[in-house]
Amino acid sequence: MAMIEIRNVSKWYGAFQVLKDCTSRVEKGEVVVVCGPSGSGKSTLIKTVNGLEPFQQGEIVVNGTSVGAAKTNLPKVRAQIGMVFQNFELFPHMSITDNLTLAQVKVLGRTREAAVEKGHKLLERVGLLNQKDKYPGQLSGGQQQRVAIARALSMDPIAMLFDEPTSALDPEMINEVLDVMVELAREGMTMMVVTHEMGFARKVAHRVVFMDHGQIVEDCTKDEFFGTPRSERAQAFLSKILHH
Amino acid sequence: MDWKIFLEQAPSGGMTYLGWLWSGLFWTLAVSACAWVLAFTVGSVVGIARTTPLAWARALGTAYVELFRNIPLLVQMFLWYFVMPEVIPKAWGDWLKQDMPNLLTLPFAAQFSLWEFTAAVLCLGLYTASRVAEQVRSGIQSLPRGQVAAGLAMGLTLPQVYRHVTLPMAYRIVIPPMTSEFLTIFKNSSTALTIGVLELTAQSRQISEYTFKTFEAFTAATLIYIVITMTVILLMRTLERRVAVPGYIAQGGGH
Repeated sequence: MAMIEIRNVSKWYGAFQVLKDCTSRVEKGEVVVVCGPSGSGKSTLIKTVNGLEPFQQGEIVVNGTSVGAAKTNLPKVRAQIGMVFQNFELFPHMSITDNLTLAQVKVLGRTREAAVEKGHKLLERVGLLNQKDKYPGQLSGGQQQRVAIARALSMDPIAMLFDEPTSALDPEMINEVLDVMVELAREGMTMMVVTHEMGFARKVAHRVVFMDHGQIVEDCTKDEFFGTPRSERAQAFLSKILHH
Repeated sequence: MDWKIFLEQAPSGGMTYLGWLWSGLFWTLAVSACAWVLAFTVGSVVGIARTTPLAWARALGTAYVELFRNIPLLVQMFLWYFVMPEVIPKAWGDWLKQDMPNLLTLPFAAQFSLWEFTAAVLCLGLYTASRVAEQVRSGIQSLPRGQVAAGLAMGLTLPQVYRHVTLPMAYRIVIPPMTSEFLTIFKNSSTALTIGVLELTAQSRQISEYTFKTFEAFTAATLIYIVITMTVILLMRTLERRVAVPGYIAQGGGH
């Protein structure tokens, strides 16, 4: 059984269809990169996986639970899936340590001591333990995003969603974030990553999903995608982002 | 100018004219403080309601704001005091007018009853709540939308997101306009004189009528109002500095 199963999902904003009959899946331990031009619906798609964006048709099953079903306990599903956002979304009024412990305590019911220990262990892993008492506004973008990854990992997620995690970063900070993600992928974390970083995709992705105009145009292995993409649109997209 | 007038014995209350001023100040502060507690509580609930995904809560919140901010304050004062007792069941109206005033004798030489005080607090509090609600709503809506998403994505419920993520930032952001609202409720409390609450402005007018020292009476009131508002402003500045978020640029008063 796939960890994340997306079946025939469609979504409309009023009359405008943002997702058109999307079907894909992420197996346990698999890294799937979702790419495509802006406005293609890739961010919307990844947000439907943990129910941040509702959808009108189709079904999404995460670890056996249907996300869109009315009686699903969404907070419970979300607590199992880590998510990292384009703009980090750390909570500015909380110290780095408090950012890492809030959900551990409030959602998982861990003691404050256990949560702090876990949080600090993960901070150390992303190389930021020395920043534990600072506030998000005092950190660089790259550091904030590494904290955000640590925050998501502190919940012991079964899968991680990344929504353009490096798009808001200055170029010199992109690699420190990608390094953390590569390490995660090599450890076998199940990951769905919306990104334009084709270097990352080449390095660790198992599959690449290419979207355009709300549709999944390509869904193939990394080698197929970079070797012989079957659609013209994917070829055009690749030539635009790779040739400069 | 004859400032010694304040030390003369006033014709009622067994105190000097200065005593009248103090009594007025006490009731101005009492009305303002009670009304502020009401305004802050109701305003927060209404403001939060207007940001929830619940359509009925948003509609109720909008209806409240539009009702209370579109009727002149003075008219609202008369509605609460004169009209409300006539439109509710007669027994309740009679209780408000006849029995409530006898529940307790107000302290500090008050020459009015608990009913006038209550009507003034309700009017000022519920009117200002509509303004507080708009401040709270705009504070919440000024935050990046991703903050709520991030909270939900970690498994927090929406009430938990409000409690731990949205509101702590929103209230920090609206401290400056909230200060203005408090100053406004304090100054608007003078309208309570129209329904018989002898607060600071009413007492000054009374002093001026008894002594013909108009300049002295109203100058004294003006100075007292300014001293109180300046104190509030200083306190709020201190609060703002205290809760400033390190490194958060959108906030003044930090470092």
